[in-house]
Amino acid sequence: MNTVKREKEPLFSPKNRKLLLSPINLNNPITVQVLGICSALAVTAKMKPAFVMSVSVIVVTALANLIISLLRNGIPPRIRIIVQLVVIATLVIVVDQVLKAYVYDVSKQLSVFVGLIITNCIIMGRLEAFAMSSKPWPSLLDGIGNGIGYGIILVVVGFVRELFGSGSVWGYPVVPAGFFEMGYRNNGFMILPPMALIIIGIIIWIQRSRNKELYQEN
Amino acid sequence: MYSNAYIFRYASIMVILVAAILSSAAMLLKPMQQRNEAVDKMQSILAAAGIPDVSAGDAIKLFNQNVTNMIVIDNKGNIIDDFTAEGKQDSKAFKINPKDELYKKSQGKDFELAMYVINLNGEKIYIIPLRGVGLWGPVWGNIALKDDFNTVVGVTFGHKSETPGLGAEIETPIFEDQFPGKTLFDETGKFKSVRVMKGGVANLSAADQFHAVDAITGGTITSNGVSDMLQNVLESYVPYFKKQV
Repeated sequence: MNTVKREKEPLFSPKNRKLLLSPINLNNPITVQVLGICSALAVTAKMKPAFVMSVSVIVVTALANLIISLLRNGIPPRIRIIVQLVVIATLVIVVDQVLKAYVYDVSKQLSVFVGLIITNCIIMGRLEAFAMSSKPWPSLLDGIGNGIGYGIILVVVGFVRELFGSGSVWGYPVVPAGFFEMGYRNNGFMILPPMALIIIGIIIWIQRSRNKELYQEN
Repeated sequence: MYSNAYIFRYASIMVILVAAILSSAAMLLKPMQQRNEAVDKMQSILAAAGIPDVSAGDAIKLFNQNVTNMIVIDNKGNIIDDFTAEGKQDSKAFKINPKDELYKKSQGKDFELAMYVINLNGEKIYIIPLRGVGLWGPVWGNIALKDDFNTVVGVTFGHKSETPGLGAEIETPIFEDQFPGKTLFDETGKFKSVRVMKGGVANLSAADQFHAVDAITGGTITSNGVSDMLQNVLESYVPYFKKQV
């Protein structure tokens, strides 16, 4: 009789929690791995597009990781990159179509950048590095975690740029009209991509100065 | 190791599956997407005539309330369709694609043009859809004219992918608000269009100031694109204007 029963791992074991949470801070795809910068610069002039972009990327990373992980034992290694790309491209096209059908104005602002999620290195990187060799549930968590890690930075950058660049938050004006009468001006530089790069640089700076683990030896 | 036959089978099945998923998604979502595009077009038309900030929910209702005629004219200036009933989003004029018609024009073929008439506070306003090319992709818009077919009431512009902060400024009020009050014809009745020009409108002669607006710094090619679009589209309507006044 077989009495040795394998202990089933709980759904949110410490290891799985780490998969979900570490990309948000210590292993953040944008600020630590410095991936996916291109779209982070492009869609963060306002908070709403940045948020919708984040949600889209979370959906795509999570589902792509899950699907690739389910298929991982059948994918021929010689065409695995192609298979990964097809899965990502399919998901991205579906997301794009859904956005056009349900949030048309935001989809207009995001324009080509939704399509460019396909080229977001975060997704491809997670598939190749994690989902190809992990079980579906950890892969799903890893995908959601990395998507959220990406999204948080986007929304923070979007908040700062919209506040100082357009004087509003989520489209609602917050800078009182009196400030403008006294000579306050919105900072036009905040709207341009270079400022996004500078803000991301500042976030990286703050994050590294607070986390000793991130210090690099040279 | 996987055999070549396995790889081929794997790839073929994957491609067929993906094709099926994508085409069904496209078919399911198409009606809503088309509705969104129509609503967006209505908002833009209403905004050009001076009814801004129409919400997506009200657009169809307000469009049908305010627009009295949906006109189609041919390139000789004859009216060939005049739609006045309810359901203007289904009229021929609303469905005309300026891109296709302007292509026919560039090939020297016959073409048809759309025009929308809005009755606002007892005044008739004529709105003309615009279409042209910017730096990175298409630019488009609507221009609203008074019933003298000469004075501009307002404009709205849109673009697919012009440079943010430079060419993309064509859709900001700073640029669009220069247009009201400009005229398309000079005193002798010669068609001048409204040009988007470098060097400052203020430096022009008083007569020429009515036919020009300031271009956008750093957005020269987009500005020229808007200028060419106005010239190219509006000149096609000149035969019709001449018949009216």
